[in-house]
Amino acid sequence: MEALRAENLYKTYGHGDTEVKALRGVSMVAHPGEVVALLGPSGSGKSTLLTGLGLLNPPERGVIELMGQRVLEDGRAQGDLAALRRSRIGFVFQKSNLIPFLSVHENVRLILTLNDRFGADTHARAQELLEYLGVGHRTGHFPEELSGGEQQRVAIARALAPAPPVILADEPTAALDSQRGRAVMELFRKVAREQGTAVVVVTHDHRTLDVFDTIYEMEDGVLRKVERTA
Amino acid sequence: MNLAMKDLRRQRLSFSATALGLGLLFAIVLAMGGIYRGLVEDATLLVDHMNADLWVVQRDTRGPFAERSTVPPGLEDRLRAQAGVASARSFSTATIQRAVGGRSLRMSVVGLSWPEDKGQSLPLVAGRPLRDPHREVLADRSLWLALGQNLPLGDETFTVVGLTKGMLSSGGDGCVFATELDARGILAWQAPEARRLEREGRLSRLALTELDSLSNQDRLKDERFLPPTLAPAPANAVLVYLRPGASLDSVRQGLETWPDVTVYTAQAQRDLLLKGVVEKSKKQIGLFRALLSVVSGIVVTLILYNMTVAKTHDIALLKLLGARSSVVVKLVLHQGLLLGAMGYGFALAIAKVVFPLFPRRVVLGPGEFIGVGLLVFVLVTLASAAGILRALRIPPTLILAG
Ligand SMILES: Nc1ncnc2c1ncn2[C@@H]1O[C@H](COP(=O)(O)OP(=O)(O)O)[C@@H](O)[C@H]1O
Ligand SMILES: [Mg+2]
Repeated sequence: MEALRAENLYKTYGHGDTEVKALRGVSMVAHPGEVVALLGPSGSGKSTLLTGLGLLNPPERGVIELMGQRVLEDGRAQGDLAALRRSRIGFVFQKSNLIPFLSVHENVRLILTLNDRFGADTHARAQELLEYLGVGHRTGHFPEELSGGEQQRVAIARALAPAPPVILADEPTAALDSQRGRAVMELFRKVAREQGTAVVVVTHDHRTLDVFDTIYEMEDGVLRKVERTA
Repeated sequence: MNLAMKDLRRQRLSFSATALGLGLLFAIVLAMGGIYRGLVEDATLLVDHMNADLWVVQRDTRGPFAERSTVPPGLEDRLRAQAGVASARSFSTATIQRAVGGRSLRMSVVGLSWPEDKGQSLPLVAGRPLRDPHREVLADRSLWLALGQNLPLGDETFTVVGLTKGMLSSGGDGCVFATELDARGILAWQAPEARRLEREGRLSRLALTELDSLSNQDRLKDERFLPPTLAPAPANAVLVYLRPGASLDSVRQGLETWPDVTVYTAQAQRDLLLKGVVEKSKKQIGLFRALLSVVSGIVVTLILYNMTVAKTHDIALLKLLGARSSVVVKLVLHQGLLLGAMGYGFALAIAKVVFPLFPRRVVLGPGEFIGVGLLVFVLVTLASAAGILRALRIPPTLILAG
């Protein structure tokens, strides 16, 4: 079964003169343990697709399924989208987007709390994830005290915490130098392999494409699978 | 995990300072109520203390507090002879302003009827009741007179032998208690020049009458001489105490047939005072208080709204991560309630420490504390609602805008 499945998504912004067709019949799938790259020029609709898949910005037409469950159909929610977001989808963005007034450890634990998980095992889980991502020594610090790369690792730990089937990452390495960017991409691969999560990453960095199992390219709202040559 | 608290721990100082500022506002709202209650209590203090059944005053006046009243000599004795009357005593009071020890002192002189009343029932905090019917006074401590201090009033010099606490006139001036005769003497006193002018006036009026004679003229040259028609300084009122079992109404109705007096019950006297002195203050203070409550409400709303706006990004992120609305509501509401609770706490502390230093009494009962507490609760809840409405409108996609 696919972790994520999108079929024939359409999304239009504005109307009349300012109308922009950001998605024009986009379909894609991501399997458990698969790392998927989304390439494409700026303005081609990558973020629109990702936020659509993330149930933040529902496309007006098409179907989205998570682990075989239909969650969106022609713009209509099939269930509580917020609940699906907090339990089924992990988000990572270009900027780390941690809560500044929570410590690193609390930021990770927060997502468990939002899923009504409290108590000692949430502490252990947060600590375990932070160590898994190599920032176990930073748990008591606040986000502003961390480097950009460390912040992204914490954000990934947070995305992983509820063990979602899908992680969506929009240009997560854009603010990092190429070495740290590569390290983060490899982390995604490790997470996918070891946790069985499907990871969809929007990226501009062609030098890290070897990390991915599948590559899609977006152009003017149309998605095309890139066949690997190498 | 209480997000509201976690957020606040990084801004403890500014939050506390904000709460302190609000506390000052709430303290003023409290003070307004306390000052009004103080006014009411002060206004009726003397009437209550005298505890008379009936107040007999000059015909058609509303004396002795609301209006000047003088009663004829001998009224006391006429009243004592009435059926149902246990005792009657003359009463005089007026506010005077005199220079004492280099400062101008406003005081309310009150007569005590020697020998029954030596001031033993007054709330004395230092010294003793009167022992001598002449040249001794008890002074309220709000006048800042010292025990044993000499107090020159009129031609006499009095000694402060006791200090009372909280004995103020309806105008808020500290009371000075002397025996009734001393009090009348103090109140009737005129400066020598005034007396000379008065004497000359009498002489010239005398010259216009058939009473004018050399002997009368010579008599009037003595400044202590008073023509027989001019009695000694009159009292302002006579207080009547009834025998147990006597009917207040029948005694009062009997007295009302007298042509020279008007009779008030203690309650009517109290009403006169409250109406005259307090009614306007009540409106004034009430309006001011309402205004302050509105101002506090606006301030709290702005504070909480701005605190919410400052967290716009974090709230958007919470929503993006799938937080329920209740998580966002609690984040704002908890901070609002905490702000209110801390502000009110500061207000209580201020009330305890600062209000006793006020020149007039600030009387706060449990009703006042509960009332203002509720007001604060309602204000912060409404203010939080404004923040919450704003917070719920923040779109989660705001995060993605960059
Ligand atoms: N909220 C929006 N309102 C109107 N137009 C939008 C909005 N978001 C994106 N667009 C437009 O949709 C197109 C796709 O944008 P986006 O998905 O952000 O592309 P990418 O992420 O590939 O740069 C662009 O033309 C962009 O201007
Ligand atoms: Mg984009």
